[in-house]
Amino acid sequence: MANSVSWLYLIIAIPAASAAVLLLSGKAADAWGHLLGTGASLASFVVAMLAFVKLLGGEASSESAMSLHQELFSWIEVGGFDVTFGLLFDRLSGLFVLLITGVGSLIHIYSIGYMAHDERRRRFFAQLNLFVAAMLMLVLADDYLTLFLGWEGVGLASYLLIGFFQQRTSAAVAAKKAFVVNRVGDMGMALSVMLMFATFGTSTFEGVDSGMEQVSSGTATALGLLLLLAACGKSAQVPLQSWLLDAMEGPTPVSALIHAATMVTAGVYLVTRSSFVYEQTELASTAVVIVGLVTLLWGAIIGCAKDDIKKGLAGSTMSQIGYMMLAAGIGPAAYSFAIFHLLTHGFFKANLFLGAGSVMHAMNDEVDMRRYGALRAVMPITFVTFACGYLAIIGFPGFSGFWSKDKIIEAAFAENVVVGLGALLGAGITAVYMTRMMIMTFISERRWAKEAHPHESSPVMTVPLMVLAVASVFGGVLLFNDWIGNWLEPVVGEGEHHELPLGLTELALTIMVAVVVLIGAGIAVRMYQRDSIATVPSADVSPLTTAARRDLYGDAFNEVALMRPGQSLTRGLVVFDNRGIDGAVNGVAAMVGGSSGRIRRWQSGFVRAYALSMLGGSALVVLALVAVRLA
Amino acid sequence: MSVPWLTILVALPLLGAVGVMMLPRNSDLPKQAAFAISTAVLALSVAVALQYDVDGGFQFVESYPWIESFGARYAVGVDGLGLTLVLLTTILTPVVVLASWNDAEEGRWSINSFFAWMLALEGLAIGVFVATDVFLFYVLFEATLIPIYFLIGGFGGARRSYAAVKFLLFSLFGGLVMLASVVGLYVVSANSESGPSYLLADLMAAEMSQNTERLLFLGFFIAFAVKAPMWPVHTWLPDAASEATPGTSVLLVSVLDKIGTFGMMRFCLGIFPEASQWATPVVIALAVFSVLYGAVVAIGQNDIRRLIAYTSVSHFGFIVLGIFVMNSQGQVGSALYMFNHGLSTAALFLITGFLIARRGSKMISDYGGVEKSAPVLAGVLLVAGLSSLSLPGLSPFVSEFLVLAGTFTKSVTAAVIATLGIVLAALYILLMYQRTMTGPVRESTKSLPDLGARELAAVAPLLALIVVLGFYPKPALDVINPTVDTLLERVGVSDPEPTEAIEELD
Repeated sequence: MANSVSWLYLIIAIPAASAAVLLLSGKAADAWGHLLGTGASLASFVVAMLAFVKLLGGEASSESAMSLHQELFSWIEVGGFDVTFGLLFDRLSGLFVLLITGVGSLIHIYSIGYMAHDERRRRFFAQLNLFVAAMLMLVLADDYLTLFLGWEGVGLASYLLIGFFQQRTSAAVAAKKAFVVNRVGDMGMALSVMLMFATFGTSTFEGVDSGMEQVSSGTATALGLLLLLAACGKSAQVPLQSWLLDAMEGPTPVSALIHAATMVTAGVYLVTRSSFVYEQTELASTAVVIVGLVTLLWGAIIGCAKDDIKKGLAGSTMSQIGYMMLAAGIGPAAYSFAIFHLLTHGFFKANLFLGAGSVMHAMNDEVDMRRYGALRAVMPITFVTFACGYLAIIGFPGFSGFWSKDKIIEAAFAENVVVGLGALLGAGITAVYMTRMMIMTFISERRWAKEAHPHESSPVMTVPLMVLAVASVFGGVLLFNDWIGNWLEPVVGEGEHHELPLGLTELALTIMVAVVVLIGAGIAVRMYQRDSIATVPSADVSPLTTAARRDLYGDAFNEVALMRPGQSLTRGLVVFDNRGIDGAVNGVAAMVGGSSGRIRRWQSGFVRAYALSMLGGSALVVLALVAVRLA
Repeated sequence: MSVPWLTILVALPLLGAVGVMMLPRNSDLPKQAAFAISTAVLALSVAVALQYDVDGGFQFVESYPWIESFGARYAVGVDGLGLTLVLLTTILTPVVVLASWNDAEEGRWSINSFFAWMLALEGLAIGVFVATDVFLFYVLFEATLIPIYFLIGGFGGARRSYAAVKFLLFSLFGGLVMLASVVGLYVVSANSESGPSYLLADLMAAEMSQNTERLLFLGFFIAFAVKAPMWPVHTWLPDAASEATPGTSVLLVSVLDKIGTFGMMRFCLGIFPEASQWATPVVIALAVFSVLYGAVVAIGQNDIRRLIAYTSVSHFGFIVLGIFVMNSQGQVGSALYMFNHGLSTAALFLITGFLIARRGSKMISDYGGVEKSAPVLAGVLLVAGLSSLSLPGLSPFVSEFLVLAGTFTKSVTAAVIATLGIVLAALYILLMYQRTMTGPVRESTKSLPDLGARELAAVAPLLALIVVLGFYPKPALDVINPTVDTLLERVGVSDPEPTEAIEELD
């Protein structure tokens, strides 16, 4: 079985302990809080590296080398319900742990500079640590219920960080929205664990895996759909996507953390980890594919219409996670591509978000790209690193995103031509919105306000950018010799070779993708480079643009379908409770007491009232005696 | 001669109450004495807990004849359920005394009486949880009304008298219905061969016709449902919680209301197992409805204290649900839920009480941006709130999830509907937090002082327990598990097997 080690818990415990110290120690820790937080994240990365090296060193043939395991202590044990805190560092969670702690540490370092002038920087680092620790709990758990602990912990950390600027009402509202929408997904997670318990008597990965083959297709489908609901919440997939765009209210490093290293990747992890569930249910797998496809287009369209640089990137995250979900839904043929894209996306999206943060930092927190332009000259490092991320995300040949997205589109075509075309179209739209962002921010003409004095950021911020840029460029090496596929095979199964439809070859498809990307980029250049960009968006636009600006009416739908009826129900019930029930029960109470007077009169005649009720009681007793004797 | 531990636990706070009344007025002495006494009781109860043998059934048993013609005895003893609730009572009382330090100044009566009534309430509540004689239980159950009536009616908001009387009427109504059943039990046992007895053990063995059992069950159940409180007999709670001082609300909701759900487990299931099963469908439906109803109405509240009261209606729905799904996860979950809800709700009432005392308003709309001036207060309120919405890692999650898991094996529909409660819980807590603590700083709240040392000392132990038991609930589960096993055996049900049980993994 798994290789037992005694230090695996340190990966989670170090950032968790650091968060606790920073939260409890008060102002005394202001001077060194950010250093402790960053150090904790780095230390966790080092331990993770040690564990990973141990996995790498093991012989692929021996079972024991496939994973490291640590059993901590019994959490809940009641009747047949037995949940233990166990950690599982296998080939899948190992990759996640490296991404979370690696990119997470870079974001910590960057934040030292980004949050340097915030008086609550210590608290910020505490919450970053908490976020990382929760996400690590999520991916290291070996049981769905302990995974749920990390799952909701991530929800809490995102709530705190999105609402970090709490005096801004919009930030507070966005934070609450993120948590509540996530809770809708969490219902799916909670119910899936209950169903696992009722069906298998356990919720460990191992137990569910070994039991899945016997279950009815109905149970398998229910499990698959419940887990998908959960994944939709955390990964901001349609229909639970609406929180992600508002989540931009948090400080920019938080966005990088949510979008690249933690949180939104959790849904993809969950689906991939539950491969044994989806193998048994065609219906739920198809649902995953559809959700992924819809979201990848949904997010991409929104991304095209946003003038706020962070919201543009947020739309892009939805879209890219959609690609991953799509791949995960396809099954064993594409699990490793989902994870591959997740890793490369982790690099280039962190790169892009931190780059955007660097720009905002230079521009007095201005986020409107219509007020940027021509920043390449004043911020050369940010420009070059951002350009690397840009080329990676649109899938420019050779860059990391090229390899990973290409593989997903290929798998999509093999699955179904319509799905393939959708994924291809998404790649084109990606090129449109990213090129638009690139032009509006770094190229085109200068449109800054007079008082803006853009400047390059300090090394503490640019060095992480450079590291991430390198990873964005070269992340594709993971595909070399199908390393990633072979690496993940013991966890997600062997990726069978797929036949492409319409007589396409892989090369032809790759060229097709490249052409579509080029067309997309060309459209953006034509629209934004040639004409000058207005500092105020035009109101005279197509209905699609209007819709995209309003997030394709996701919020409007929620408001009409859920919020308004919910508010009416709440108001109605409050009135009902005060008047209806209370009135009725008061009436009964008064009758029982033998008085028809209003309840207020009772306070003066308390003793008399008590005597009266004793009398009534005695009558009842006599009745009861009679009833009982007769019975 | 063994030490009569439980009698000491009951008597010490009652005698302490008398002592506090006799202390000089207008000094800090009554408060200090009350704190010292309740701390001593806590220490004693911990000593009892440490000697408790988890697999030993009822322990520390004492039994003396009391009213021989009824067969009533002074009989006490604790099992896992009783011990948990005794500990809850003894933990919360010193916390409440410390938190209520200055809350009695404007009362109708002296501060001596405020703290004396609190101690009296503690003693009587412990008595209720340890009584193993139904008549003794009934007498103590009714007796708890006296201190709480004076605490609500004498100290608190403008409409406290109205609230106190309303509470009293509801409780008396429930008590009378129960009295009928208590008398009925006498008839049953008097007709048996061994003669009249109110001892729980004897009543469990008593033969009853099906109709008798169901009628007597209803009498107990209705009384406990009023106390718990369940929809639709919950309306006294928001008024009482809104008008009482925060400390009184804690004793009322966290301790006294537990008598309702405690009674359901101990007496309804214990004495009337067949009738309990008979009532199950209706009770589950009412419980699930309470869960959602309490949560939705909580969302619509502007009065912070009423909001917390309605969240409790929702939480009590979960507790009753777990009891009546009749399996070990549900019932252990419910027993643990009683304890956890006690801690969590106490923290909420006390912390919001500190807030209300600073600003002089209990209306959510009068606040905003408090986090800026009182970050510690905001932080502890958030932790308390997160425990109320059952965040994993905090103790209420364990109990709520157990209840849901137990419910799922009984009725998938009920479990799915009840699970909606976790979304609503996020709404009622976070909306309240958002409107009071975040947003722009307002003129009226910008200089609110942060928590003082006394206030922090009062709530810190509660929050610490919530966190520790969230990750390591084993000590509590170890105590509760055997008790629930015995109870389920008594009811005659066993846990359903997993539908596709997998073979033991190595």
